[in-house]
Amino acid sequence: MKRIIFEGQSYDCKETESILDCLTTNGVPVPSSCKAGVCQTCLMRALQGSVPPESQRGLKSTLVERNYFMACSCYPVEDMEVALSGTGAGKMPATVVALESLNSEIICVKLHPSGPFEYRSGQYVNFFRDASTARSYSLASVPKLDDCIELHVRKVPQGQVSTWIHESLSPGDTVEISEASGDCFYVPGNPDQGLLLIGTGSGLAPLYGIIRDALLQGHSGPIRLYHGSLIVAGLYLMEELRQLARECLNFTYTPCVSEGAAPEGFSPGIVLDVALKDTPRLSGWRVYLCGNPAMVNAAKKKTFFAGASMRDIHADPF
Amino acid sequence: MGDSLYNKIGGEAAVNAAVDIFYRKVLSDARISGFFEGVDMDRQASKQKAFLTLAFGGPNHYTGEDMRRGHAHLVAKGLNDSHFDAVMENLGATLTELNVPAELIAQAAAIAESTRNDVLGK
Ligand SMILES: Cc1cc2nc3c(=O)[nH]c(=O)nc-3n(C[C@H](O)[C@H](O)[C@H](O)COP(=O)(O)OP(=O)(O)OC[C@H]3O[C@@H](n4cnc5c(N)ncnc54)[C@H](O)[C@@H]3O)c2cc1C
Ligand code: HEM
Ligand code: FES
Repeated sequence: MKRIIFEGQSYDCKETESILDCLTTNGVPVPSSCKAGVCQTCLMRALQGSVPPESQRGLKSTLVERNYFMACSCYPVEDMEVALSGTGAGKMPATVVALESLNSEIICVKLHPSGPFEYRSGQYVNFFRDASTARSYSLASVPKLDDCIELHVRKVPQGQVSTWIHESLSPGDTVEISEASGDCFYVPGNPDQGLLLIGTGSGLAPLYGIIRDALLQGHSGPIRLYHGSLIVAGLYLMEELRQLARECLNFTYTPCVSEGAAPEGFSPGIVLDVALKDTPRLSGWRVYLCGNPAMVNAAKKKTFFAGASMRDIHADPF
Repeated sequence: MGDSLYNKIGGEAAVNAAVDIFYRKVLSDARISGFFEGVDMDRQASKQKAFLTLAFGGPNHYTGEDMRRGHAHLVAKGLNDSHFDAVMENLGATLTELNVPAELIAQAAAIAESTRNDVLGK
């Protein structure tokens, strides 16, 4: 049993409990999302006590240095004093500039951050509904191309944050977002490498950012995007992507529908199967997988077996 | 360090080249794949890297006690000598595929073999 001090109060943390479990079961609101040490929503800071390294895996070195950690994966090894990741440090206000419909369930949220905001297309921000409720949304915009930051938010039935974004936000509102994080983005330096991008639903958001970022940075190797949904109405940005494919000869766009017959211009079948049929050998390729967790996890395995190196596979399941 | 097994095999670059090949073999080996499934692949791949670094005699901080603790949950699920042999086989096949000379393969195998009792909790 370790003692956790938070805002002057002391809590007992059982051996099997993370700091997140310990605080939330005691009624302290700590924001969280993935509960798997991935999204960094539950970021906290240690004021006293040593931080277990597992709870800092994947954090920026700058955060590690300032004793930040992920509460959901922090099983304390000694007594600790902790604080919420703090006002200002990782959060900033942003103004809602526009909310535009992309299809019947996905809207593009355009935000104007109140201060300098550094990010790479494909990373994500945590979007706060209130101090303790936040969800991650990927950045579809490109810093050098777009004035606003853009998110594609799918309305999840009864979803706390996505439904609130869809139904309660209006242009002009001020919201809070975190700094950008995540490692699903384009890294320059290997311009001839093939890029395979597979997404479902709003999983297109990071991919749309990554593709335009790669093209802007002069990527010359093949860039192949496969976007899947059950039906055509579940896809979006089709005209923009077709136009991009006409302008950039190394970019191909294959929209896929898995239910029923596919109309002209669409490939029938599961997006992953269609992609691997076109490119069965992936040695040397870089792979980006975003969207439906079942698809992403299956795709990680299949693209790995098709020859992609584990280090070249980037995935955000959501 | 200059002529250690780790450097002779090719250091971290060799581990990086070996990790994908080894991990593909392990995941497609029905005798042992069950132990490796259902775990996050990235995390698992970084553990394969730890395994290979250790087998190559590279820098690591693992003790016999760590190996014992690290595999105890697998021993509880039935991990035994036959599985250990399968891992040894996959290690040898991986290094052969990378054209590592036979005498170096034998040295790596000996290092891995030396952990048998700890890994199997004997
Ligand atoms: C790295 C990352 C990137 C992401 N990028 C995007 C993106 O670009 N676009 C996007 O649209 N989404 C994205 N997501 C997903 C997003 O963060 C949210 O998970 C999603 O919007 C749902 O949040 P919500 O608050 O609306 O729903 P929640 O309130 O979290 O609910 C989700 C679902 O679970 C159900 N549920 C909730 N609580 C319970 C309960 N107690 N018992 C049973 N069922 C329950 C709800 O009914 C709903 O169906 C991303 C996620 C991650 C981790
Ligand atoms: C041949 C000798 C072996 C050595 C030197 C070895 C070494 C290692 C090392 C260094 C780790 C990483 C530990 C960590 O950092 O958490 C590890 C993890 C693991 N090993 Fe082994 N290992 C061996 C045999 C085996 C065998 C025979 C199996 C099963 C068939 C196995 C299955 C695993 C699994 C599943 C993990 C990950 C466990 C987890 O997710 O926590 N290992 N091993
Ligand atoms: S809740 Fe996602 S990192 Fe902790």
